[in-house]
Amino acid sequence: MELKDKLIASYVAFENDIDTSSDIHEIRSKAFQNFEGLGFPTKKLEAWKYTSLNSILKQDYSLFPNKENSIQLADVQKYFIHDIDTYKLVFIDGKYSSFLSETTHDTFDVCLMSSALAKPKYKAVIENYFNKIARKDNLTSLNTAFANEGAYIYIPRNVEVEKPIQIINFTTGSEAATMLQPRNLIVVEQNAHVQIIERHQSLTSNPVLTNAVTEIFAAKDATVDIYKIQNDHKTASLIDNSYIEQKSNSVVSVHTFSFGGNITRNNLNFYQRGEHIDSILKGITIIEGKQHVDHHTMVQHIEPNCESHQDYKGIFDERSTGVFNGKVIVNKEAQKTNAYQKNNNILVSDRATINAKPQLEIFADDVKCSHGCTIGQLDDEALFYMQQRGIPEKEGKALLMFAFANTVLESVKIPEVKQRIAKIIANKLNVKMGFEL
Amino acid sequence: MLKIENLQASIDNKLILKGLNLEVKAGEVHAIMGPNGAGKSTLANIIAGKDDYEISSGTIELNGEDLSELAPEERAHNGVFLSFQYPVEIPGVSVTNFIKTAINQTRKAKGLEDMPAKEMLKMIREKSELLEIDRKFLSRSLNEGFSGGEKKRNEIFQMAMLEPKLAILDETDSGLDIDALRIVANGVNKLKSKDNAVIVITHYQRLLEYIVPDFVHVLYDGKIVKTGDASLALELEAKGYDWIKEELVQ
Repeated sequence: MELKDKLIASYVAFENDIDTSSDIHEIRSKAFQNFEGLGFPTKKLEAWKYTSLNSILKQDYSLFPNKENSIQLADVQKYFIHDIDTYKLVFIDGKYSSFLSETTHDTFDVCLMSSALAKPKYKAVIENYFNKIARKDNLTSLNTAFANEGAYIYIPRNVEVEKPIQIINFTTGSEAATMLQPRNLIVVEQNAHVQIIERHQSLTSNPVLTNAVTEIFAAKDATVDIYKIQNDHKTASLIDNSYIEQKSNSVVSVHTFSFGGNITRNNLNFYQRGEHIDSILKGITIIEGKQHVDHHTMVQHIEPNCESHQDYKGIFDERSTGVFNGKVIVNKEAQKTNAYQKNNNILVSDRATINAKPQLEIFADDVKCSHGCTIGQLDDEALFYMQQRGIPEKEGKALLMFAFANTVLESVKIPEVKQRIAKIIANKLNVKMGFEL
Repeated sequence: MLKIENLQASIDNKLILKGLNLEVKAGEVHAIMGPNGAGKSTLANIIAGKDDYEISSGTIELNGEDLSELAPEERAHNGVFLSFQYPVEIPGVSVTNFIKTAINQTRKAKGLEDMPAKEMLKMIREKSELLEIDRKFLSRSLNEGFSGGEKKRNEIFQMAMLEPKLAILDETDSGLDIDALRIVANGVNKLKSKDNAVIVITHYQRLLEYIVPDFVHVLYDGKIVKTGDASLALELEAKGYDWIKEELVQ
């Protein structure tokens, strides 16, 4: 059975397990119908021209892994940023693991989407925010149809969350192939501040397909920093759909570090509803083999005096392929917008490919919008210079690539995250060096 | 220390060096002068191991070891240092981290542990003072946005840190004002010893007033056509190269 049919057939079973009388279920049912009509995206769609899901849709995924799988902390410790104190929301095969998690309802809520959807206490927030900015496209609709579990984070006014929150989705691989659809909602009220680290990690090389949706609301003067660490097995694919709405004077940054995985598609959407908003989108992609990473970013400048900064670096080896599609929309009212987009790529191998496409749609006349895209090779002159100073070719190349990616790494605000990424990069480049650029 | 015999080398099938001979002993300073296009920079690059060149005949030995099969980094580990005519900019790598990496990779090649951080800092402080380099300068990206003089001073700073056996200075004097020239020359002179050697490639006699050569060679059309002492440089400065060309014709 094709995956689409299997999903449709399983919907009845899914409905048996949840409360179908709630308002939420109406949203799910609509989304389900939407997906039923649309199906999975194909390369015929402009937005999917360079990314084909065909190969990963063929797997016979288990949709609702039912076994209770426990994992030992010692085995998965390495996937956490563990050298600092953090809140943790940990899911194993889509189910919440209270044993590995560390949540709170102290002055703010770090808890489960399933409780938030069910309990009256959260009703107002859910009504105001759930599925309000998520697009009604095929994959987001699919997620919404089955939305039941994920992270629910609510930070009230003026609260500065003193430690980062880690959201980790583990897949145990106890099923031959697993499909997961986590649904996250993050609401950050006025003048509140939170840092979130997100990771999807499979523990075996059994195929995994994750179709995640995250909605983030940043109210006036809020600050939100999101770090997405994508370093999964090469049999795990991820479609990450993130939607961010910002109000006046808020600052939201999203860093996406894509090193692992089979096919990774990041749909990152920003909507600026207010003035003096700053949106920061940064990414480092380092892949090889037949890996594929596709960054689809969209920033919509709706009101005047806002900024957006995009800086994506990519290093592609062997037969890997990359896509960068950066769309910036400046509405007619959004005068004095300052939108900046940079995408630099290095092709290490002759067989690697990058498709880069800036898309600027500007309807206001007094704006500063720039975009720059480069595709190049490693600089042979620089490499010879390094070798002349005693740095071997392999280390020299690694240092050049590291330096290339460093402008993105520099803006990471959590030192432990920065160190971790640096270490992953060094491992990835197969060098042991004390990079501290 | 360095022995080059009958070296012939070409780039893109164009013969640049046409049977060059040169011997440099420990403790000596050699100057190589000559008109543009004579092959001076080619010689420097070939000794350092740049692989753009095809060596069709001849040998290059450093302390009895054939250099031609060694990678550039292996030559560096054996004590070859080239001060680049046009030092390369490497954004994102600071001067300090670059030199640390260079030193520790060289130590690693010799089977030594990393240099202790304290010792490294002390050495960086000493050598940067010798070249009158400001502390702030060391945290900047390597050569990025440096003036011509800063780039050259940074080259000699790295030379001071790496303590090579054979240093080749490829037009280190170009782009230097008189103060920078004096600082650079002073740096080189301080590093000179009976155990190492320097080859100075230059167009002008100016630098040789500060770094006094034991031998001056004229490189012309891919060969060394004349060798003399320091006075030859003065003569070249006064008379140009035409008289040498005429001598050759006769």
